[in-house]
Amino acid sequence: MRKDYNLEKRKYVICGFLLVIAIIYGVRLFNLQLADQKYKQSADTNAFLRRTIYPSRGLIYDRNGELVVYNQPAYDVMLIPRDVQPFDTADFCNALNITREQLDKRLIDMRDKRLNPGYSSYTPQKLISQLSAQDYGRLQEKLYRFPGFFIQKRILRQYAHASAPNVVGNIREASAADIKNDEYYAPGDYTGDLGVEKSYERELRGIKGVEILIRDARGRIQGKYENGARDIAPVAGRDLKLGIDIKLQEYAESLMVGKRGAVVAIEPKTGEILCLVSSPTYDPNLLVGRQRGDNYRMLANAPDWPLYDRAIMASYPPGSTFKPTQGLIFLQENIITPETMYPCSHGYHNGGLTVGCHGHGSPLPLKPALQTSCNSYFCWGFYNMINKRSKYGRWDNAFEIWKNHLVSMGYGYKLGVDLPGEKRGFIPNAKFYDKFYGNNHWSGNTIISVAIGQGEILATPLQIANLCATIANRGWYITPHVVKEIQDTVISDEYHIKNYPTIEHHYYDIIAEGMRMAVLGGTCRSAAFPGVNVAGKTGTAQNPHGKDHSAFMGFAPYEDPQIAVCAYVENAGFGATFGVPIGSLVMEKYLNGKIDDSRKYLEERMLTTEVYYAPPKTK
Amino acid sequence: MLPLRPNNSASQSIFRNLDWFTVIIYLIMVLAGAVSIYAASYDFDQANMLSFDEFSGKQMRWIALGLVMGFVLLLIETRVYETYAYAIYAVLMVVLLATAFIAPDIKGSRSWLVLGPMSLQPAEFGKFATALALAKLFSGYNFQLNAKFGNYLKAGFIIILPIVLILMEHETGSALVYLSLFFVLYREGMSGLVLFGAAWAVVIFVVAVKFTDSLLMGVELGQFWILSIVMAIMVVMAAVYGKRRYEVPRNLLCGFTLCWLVVIVLDNIFDIEVPGLPVMLGMIGVACLYLLFETLRTHLNKLAIPVATAVLSVGFLFMVDRAFDELQPHQQMRIKVVLGIEEDLRGAGYNVNQSKIAIGSGGLLGKGFLEGTQTKLKYVPEQHTDFIFCTIGEEEGFWGTMLVEVLFLALVFRVVRIAERQPKIFGRVYAYCVASYFIFHFCINIGMVIGLCPVIGIPLPFFSYGGSSLWGFTILLFILLRIDASRKMVLSY
Repeated sequence: MRKDYNLEKRKYVICGFLLVIAIIYGVRLFNLQLADQKYKQSADTNAFLRRTIYPSRGLIYDRNGELVVYNQPAYDVMLIPRDVQPFDTADFCNALNITREQLDKRLIDMRDKRLNPGYSSYTPQKLISQLSAQDYGRLQEKLYRFPGFFIQKRILRQYAHASAPNVVGNIREASAADIKNDEYYAPGDYTGDLGVEKSYERELRGIKGVEILIRDARGRIQGKYENGARDIAPVAGRDLKLGIDIKLQEYAESLMVGKRGAVVAIEPKTGEILCLVSSPTYDPNLLVGRQRGDNYRMLANAPDWPLYDRAIMASYPPGSTFKPTQGLIFLQENIITPETMYPCSHGYHNGGLTVGCHGHGSPLPLKPALQTSCNSYFCWGFYNMINKRSKYGRWDNAFEIWKNHLVSMGYGYKLGVDLPGEKRGFIPNAKFYDKFYGNNHWSGNTIISVAIGQGEILATPLQIANLCATIANRGWYITPHVVKEIQDTVISDEYHIKNYPTIEHHYYDIIAEGMRMAVLGGTCRSAAFPGVNVAGKTGTAQNPHGKDHSAFMGFAPYEDPQIAVCAYVENAGFGATFGVPIGSLVMEKYLNGKIDDSRKYLEERMLTTEVYYAPPKTK
Repeated sequence: MLPLRPNNSASQSIFRNLDWFTVIIYLIMVLAGAVSIYAASYDFDQANMLSFDEFSGKQMRWIALGLVMGFVLLLIETRVYETYAYAIYAVLMVVLLATAFIAPDIKGSRSWLVLGPMSLQPAEFGKFATALALAKLFSGYNFQLNAKFGNYLKAGFIIILPIVLILMEHETGSALVYLSLFFVLYREGMSGLVLFGAAWAVVIFVVAVKFTDSLLMGVELGQFWILSIVMAIMVVMAAVYGKRRYEVPRNLLCGFTLCWLVVIVLDNIFDIEVPGLPVMLGMIGVACLYLLFETLRTHLNKLAIPVATAVLSVGFLFMVDRAFDELQPHQQMRIKVVLGIEEDLRGAGYNVNQSKIAIGSGGLLGKGFLEGTQTKLKYVPEQHTDFIFCTIGEEEGFWGTMLVEVLFLALVFRVVRIAERQPKIFGRVYAYCVASYFIFHFCINIGMVIGLCPVIGIPLPFFSYGGSSLWGFTILLFILLRIDASRKMVLSY
């Protein structure tokens, strides 16, 4: 038989064709299976439904173990867009008690990448948050009719006391920025806002768990992946114990009703904050649940800024509460001795400058000067220090030393309280005045008002209370903090360490004595209450917003101080009229547990009096 | 009565001469197929691989019956196939025709004959019949394919008839398989230009459909490239068919280059907008006239081939757009998805995307037997039939898919080797038919699963679930084995 060898060679063409195709397919398979990772991820998102199990958030107790913040369950309606099949919208809306328009709007918002940057049709998206138990029950029965939808159990906060919103804070949905900055968060998660909810977010939130479910092409759950072996159980958040005495907090808040200002009480030995009141205040339960957004807007627009934590954010002129710092600095710098006397003829008169004062004996040494809150005494001391060229050379050197002492006492910088948003107050330095007045164009007299806590000096109520605690401790303080204990761990070291200002501690004895004298027979006689020796210092601060601010700081018992307090009431006049009663009532309540009958009238007046003050110029 | 010869000596020699290599590949493939089907249809509830309620159990039954069938086929004399080739072909064609009318409508296709408890797809059995008929035609006395055009018509008729009948059953994929038999015609002497032309047509189609968006010199990008390539092909062909008259391709090349230079200068330096399409068509037209002139002058008829190529190419190019619009929307969609023009993950692209995900997630070693999630959770449609390759890709990984490729390459190369060692044209042509079917099924099935071909629903031979396909290919292969085993007995006739 004839064989055509030319044609036989065509077998190579045929086999070669197959080989080329096989190689192309081989390369393609190499790319699909080995080079490209995206298919593995797609396969995972296809087959595995990772359902987050939310841990229970840490509870918050007060210093006496009373529950302040706890959890309540809430139910979010979630959906995975690509799994949703056409459904009976009327039935769905009925179950949820919403209108068709609301549903449509939610669906549009959900897909809007600007409002919901984490949107993906493959991942669970929140449709409606925080269903009530009734709506939840109604929907649960019908849920099988709506493939692609499911219910996610969430944790909401509940507050046992309508009190201390600035301390405990609240929780809100994590924002786009939160999600970007911390990979813990997924869209729809909650995060702490304000207060310890924010500053102790990492401790409180715990660790989310994951439940891996197997899902088929129709979205039906086929069971747990590897029988749950790969699931991760959630870890509950840590409980917090506050230094706050919630009863004292509530009492102080009630005294501040109708007034703007702050009350801060510190346990001097530990630096624990016993109460931290910012007035006006609000009920933290307002910021829970579906009404949170509306209520938050309402609070943000309220004329007295209730969301503004005056206790740690407001920078007030400390007024006469500042005078103890001056006494301490003059003693430390040997400008004065306890016996040094300065004249006061109804004020300080020097080089054509006058700072007014009220009637008392003259000349007088330091302790009586504190007792009577003599402006002249501290102006002379300040003048003599700044202008003491023999010791400091130029006055700006003297001023820098003066400023550094204050900084060591906790002024001018944030103290480092464990709450978000603390402000630093203001203590000027020499450069500030060089800029303000021009080089060589200022001296002790130019800026004399800083000696009595006026002028450029600004301090937060927390800083004033901290000064008081330092005096109570006779020369040291522990950075004030609101959290006393964290479950299963320890609080930060900085809340154990004693800070020593650059003043020798025995000078504090003199100042404390002066403050004791002020209560016994000086400006704050009404601070005294039975059974306890109280020391205090009033302050009446001029300010550009109207009537003087009324301030008081005091500690008690004098011998073994257990509480140091600062009360600051905006535009309320003399320190003795509001600051002293409020501050002393807080101390009395804390130390004696009740208010003595002789002081009931004072308590009654504080509870009922409203202070009408000039509205703020700017918002 | 069939002349069965269960005579010991004859059957012994059959088994001695049997191509065991092919038999082993066959056995590996069908068993691997059954295991894959078990994996593909495995439910999370425990299942028994051999249970007749399962696809895998049923497939095992098909395999067992297939082996019996193969054994019987081995005992039948080669002469029987040669003698009854046309008769078998005729019977199957009648069955195919009847099927188109009496078969029930299943998802728009009328290709399943219901015979009591089982359904069979006659289209699968038409393959061996057509192969036999083609082999018979070529083994005719002094049959030379190129001898006269009528021979092409005869061969073409044998191939086209089942295609028409199966198209009547609305089973496009199975019908297209028969086109692979043109490989056989090529081996038997058909000009390579036909296959080249077919491949070139596919290229034109793809490029013309895919690149319609951007414009170059006022011409759609696809058209621009096709027309440019046509010019290049004309030059090359003129060189090949010009029998050392190198001045012809040289003149063409110079002419084209000169024209392009003029166009570029006008376009870029003088900023004159050149009407691209007329200019390019004009260049090709002038080149054609020149080649025709040369053909007449030199009496080299082959110089007309580049002219024909150019004319047909340009004609086809402009037909494609029209023809594409004539297609049904879902067919257009399938083509667009494959060409990457559209991404329709929920519609036509869903299957391919899911099968790519399943295969792609397999990695190097795969997820392990029964550990695949995509196939098990039914993300891949038709995973135990046409998309069985997905299960292999997901559970056995790159090694598994490469093994399947190697098995098919080995099978086809072996069949080609068998073909070339046949002393008789009948055996050779039949063997090439077998090889062609396998090539086509391999290319289209795996190509569609990995997203390189349109989704044409044809099975992966020996792997996909289904009795018809398994038996069809078993018969096809075992007839070849029988023919091959008795090749040495030819002389005894």
